Amino acid sequence: MTRWMAAALAALGIALFAQSAQAERLIASVSNHRVTITPDYSGEELVLFGSVERDADTPPDRGPYDIVVTVSGPRMTMLTRRKEKRLGIWLNADAREFINVPAYLAVFSNRAINSLASAEVQRRQQLGINNIILTQRVGTDFADVVPGDPFRTAFVRLRTQHGLYREVSTALTFLTPTLFRVSIPLPPEVPTGTYEVDIKLLSNGALITRSETAFEIAKVGFEQFVAEAARRHGWLYGLATALMAIVTGWLASVIFRRD
Amino acid sequence: MQIFLPIADLPVNIFLLLAMGMAVGFVSGMFGIGGGFLMTPLLIFIGIAPAVAVASVTGHIAASSFSGAMSYWRRRAVDPMLAFVLLVGGLLGTLSGVWFFTLLRAYGQLDLTIALSYVVLLTGVGGAMLWESVGAILRARRGEAPTLRKSGSHNWVHGLPVKVRFKKSKIYLSVFPVIAIGLFIGFVGAVLGIGGGFLLVPLLIYVLRVPTSTVIGTSSVLTLATMTLAIILHATTNHLVDAVLALILMVGGVIGAQFGARASQRVSGEQLRLLLGLLILAVGIRFAVELTIRPQDLFTIRALEPGP
Repeated sequence: MTRWMAAALAALGIALFAQSAQAERLIASVSNHRVTITPDYSGEELVLFGSVERDADTPPDRGPYDIVVTVSGPRMTMLTRRKEKRLGIWLNADAREFINVPAYLAVFSNRAINSLASAEVQRRQQLGINNIILTQRVGTDFADVVPGDPFRTAFVRLRTQHGLYREVSTALTFLTPTLFRVSIPLPPEVPTGTYEVDIKLLSNGALITRSETAFEIAKVGFEQFVAEAARRHGWLYGLATALMAIVTGWLASVIFRRD
Repeated sequence: MQIFLPIADLPVNIFLLLAMGMAVGFVSGMFGIGGGFLMTPLLIFIGIAPAVAVASVTGHIAASSFSGAMSYWRRRAVDPMLAFVLLVGGLLGTLSGVWFFTLLRAYGQLDLTIALSYVVLLTGVGGAMLWESVGAILRARRGEAPTLRKSGSHNWVHGLPVKVRFKKSKIYLSVFPVIAIGLFIGFVGAVLGIGGGFLLVPLLIYVLRVPTSTVIGTSSVLTLATMTLAIILHATTNHLVDAVLALILMVGGVIGAQFGARASQRVSGEQLRLLLGLLILAVGIRFAVELTIRPQDLFTIRALEPGP
């Protein structure tokens, strides 16, 4: 209960904070709002363009801007298992469940996150993968643990190996002091669903404003048809696959018949 | 050329899959086996989830065993009665195998069970075949006549009740050991993604004394039936059969099998068994080594059902 109240208060605080400091506006758009997975899909790259618009309230002595872009994919519950040696063989022993964590998570900034805000701001604004909350089920409790937790580290490392989690502190470039671009690489194994893009504008280590956009990744045509059929009409799909196998076998025995 | 597999959810080179299908098809045509025990590890090796690999390989085996069964049927090398009794056990075995597969997946020990069973089955069968064929080759070198089994030789299996006459195979046998063997093959096949031909053929020859003339044909009929049921059950319960993957593999497989069948005619029976024994043993040892050395990564991730 206290956790929920704390979260609500934090959200309220962010809202007030954002409103009081609203002197710039962030405008951003991704190059493609709907990525489709076709048979020849093998990864893609989206580009996010954005601009910082100043207005009359902007203090004239405003320092250089910093931007942190967080792209989070559809949420999934994932199980991380650790192998241990028992009776001479390696088997899955311990496991932790990561509840509703993003299947894809990418953080891009114009310079190292540690250098653009204090640890307190980083934690409060969830800047960087280390500060993004990844809820675990620990026994009967739900909590995120310290960033150094072995399961959390392993989880992030494995997702990073597949290109599904990434943090690049040099990916975002300013074309002019107020115009920026960043490319969002999508790996071949990208999960389908809605991707939220959260852009935070900081200056002198404090959040000025934020903006959100989104894009969608969807299987279309044949891929979508097969995946849907397999999930919705399992036994019909199985029957069709079995028939396909029999027809292939029959065709082969007709084509290569030697007697 | 990359193709995106809709269920495995990853892009794979289509020519790599075709080549794998053909290579395994060649082996299966050469030795008259399904080749699942080679295909499933290969698929796991190129990054396909073990569960998807096991479920999809059933399609590949069904296709190659169908073309095998067709040609043996034409040559009248199938014992329909024996196939039917084996099937009764085989279908029950497949049902319980798919159920057991789902259970293991829930407990997180599926990969371990697959690997351990491979080690036990493959090193056991491979070792026995190697031993037997080396013995046979040495005896032939020394100029001894091969030890032919007498058709009337009996073991304890032949003392069991409820006997049936299997006309084509010219044997008179209790139905219980036949059903038990079918049950075992169906179960193992569904859990491990193998047709079980490399287990079934020795069991039929050495335990049931089925003559070699009908053994391979009958075995492919049983494999066809259990694998077809396994496809449907895997698709219904686990939704893990990748039809695109299965299709590419089976096309490669049936082509490779033709060349394998031709190649096998240039090699003697003992040499063929020696080669197959070595191959099976090698795959078994590879799995054993993998289990005992420290894995590169101690951690693995598996997606549960998508969150709300």
